[in-house]
Amino acid sequence: MSAMTTTPRTVTVRTSAAGFVGGIWHFARREFRDAIASKWFILYTIAFTVLAVGVSFLSLSGVGSHGFAGFGRTAAGLLNLIMLVVPLMALTAGAGSIAGERERGTLLYLLAQPVSRTQLLLGKYLGLAAALVCSLCIGFGVSAVVLAWRADGVGTGSFAMLMSFTAMLALSMLSLGMLISVISRRTGVATGVGLFTWLTLVFVSDLGLMASSIIFKLRVQEIFGLAALNPLQSFKMAVIVNMNASLDVLGPVGAYASQTLGGALPWLLASSLLAWTLAPLGLAMLLFGRRSSV
Amino acid sequence: MIRATEITRRFGRVEAVSALSFELEAGGSVALWGSNGAGKTTLIRCLLGVIRHRGQASIGGVDVRRHGRQARALVGYVPQELAFHDDSRLGNAMMFFARLRRVSRHRAAESLDAVGLTGHERKRVRDLSGGMKQRLALAVALLSNPPLIILDEPTSNLDAGGRGEVVATLRRLRADGKTLLFASHRPDEVIALADRVLVMEQGRLIRDTTPAELWPTEKPVQVIRLYLTLASEAEAADALREAGHAVHLNGDGLCVAVPRDRKAEPITALARRQIEVRDVEVLEDVQIPEVKQ
Repeated sequence: MSAMTTTPRTVTVRTSAAGFVGGIWHFARREFRDAIASKWFILYTIAFTVLAVGVSFLSLSGVGSHGFAGFGRTAAGLLNLIMLVVPLMALTAGAGSIAGERERGTLLYLLAQPVSRTQLLLGKYLGLAAALVCSLCIGFGVSAVVLAWRADGVGTGSFAMLMSFTAMLALSMLSLGMLISVISRRTGVATGVGLFTWLTLVFVSDLGLMASSIIFKLRVQEIFGLAALNPLQSFKMAVIVNMNASLDVLGPVGAYASQTLGGALPWLLASSLLAWTLAPLGLAMLLFGRRSSV
Repeated sequence: MIRATEITRRFGRVEAVSALSFELEAGGSVALWGSNGAGKTTLIRCLLGVIRHRGQASIGGVDVRRHGRQARALVGYVPQELAFHDDSRLGNAMMFFARLRRVSRHRAAESLDAVGLTGHERKRVRDLSGGMKQRLALAVALLSNPPLIILDEPTSNLDAGGRGEVVATLRRLRADGKTLLFASHRPDEVIALADRVLVMEQGRLIRDTTPAELWPTEKPVQVIRLYLTLASEAEAADALREAGHAVHLNGDGLCVAVPRDRKAEPITALARRQIEVRDVEVLEDVQIPEVKQ
């Protein structure tokens, strides 16, 4: 070992906002780098891209569709695919984040640095969010190329809208995953809870809503309210209402929502997704900050 | 540099650190001494502000609970076992922590050079030896040239060579005026590095002393490990301490420091209490002074 260089320097304790944001940025950058190099990211990206391209092909095959009509059918197919795959990607990514660091023992070491828990959590969230959006962009991008080739054009506005809402869905599920990660001691438990949450949101809540509406004879406004509470249903309704300007295709509940809420409906559904992003993330920050141990 | 007042931390019903108070002046060096479970690591984590505790702790006058980030900026922390992402390359890991501590690339290179890791930047963390990992942790701890270095059993996973290197580096840091707080199981390290020893037992500070008071003679001793039934370990430790031996439970038997020519003494002392010793292992031949409890 060479001689230790410890030239005395003035110790400055910096507490500026720039330092706070800088800490978040460094964590985000590292998280993004780690995520895009990880197996889960590559696998999910490939799976999503292959499925998206497959759905695009199937939607257009033998129909001779052109332009927006072709995209409309594809979007309907993509919608169901997105509702299955994207929440799974985001929930598991989020669930593994803090719990993974805790299990590897790296969390303590990171927290022993001059950073706050908020910086660490937000940095990890932003890094993972960026990686997820990249993954979705690849899937959508390849799908757009297929559409442009097979259907002589893509409804650019509709496609951008679908991508934006998908990104919002991914961010809300990532928040939920982070919340799960903060309260779970082990990665296995966090992933298990994440998968259970995914199953609940994708399947159980729909079935539960159907059963409840029959058993309790719920009114349409109550059914709509309960459906809008599920971020996946909010996402679905938001995409449909933005493409068709109405939710009539969803039956009496959709018709009720379109008639009573009108132009406010897309905003209401987008707000639901935003609330599902901010509330779990805020709660995760609160709980992580108040944790009495690592 | 450190002021701890009535630090208390409970884990469920167990009080890991119990109303512990001490002060450490700038430039001083204090060793935390005690068996496994004595509360050394918990105390260190309380001082770093990474776990909640009752009582007050400040570093350089900065309250670690209220201003943890600012307090930790004054500390370089070396854990018992380096916890970096295994896939990271050494250089990238170093740069990540350099950015967190807002120091330049040049300073990062300087820190790596200081611990003899220059030229290893492309190696992945998982491919580093235990000694190299510990040196890397030391390099990270020194990045921003903090006035206080806190080390949690920094040599426990190292061989004799690696230990010697780390101890030599820490001695140089002391000579440069750094303040050191470290937990250790090794009397030789404590003697080489500390000017004060805080002896802890079951979360309590039972003695604030000096290495010279704790080990007054320079008679060569050896450390032997006694394997007992789990139920009898605590009773055996008490019996050996009463007989004047330095004992610590290390999770895998009972380690006892004994004069080299009287290795059977602890076994005899335990036999008198009808405590059965299943096996005995003589640990490495280190020259450490006899311990006086």
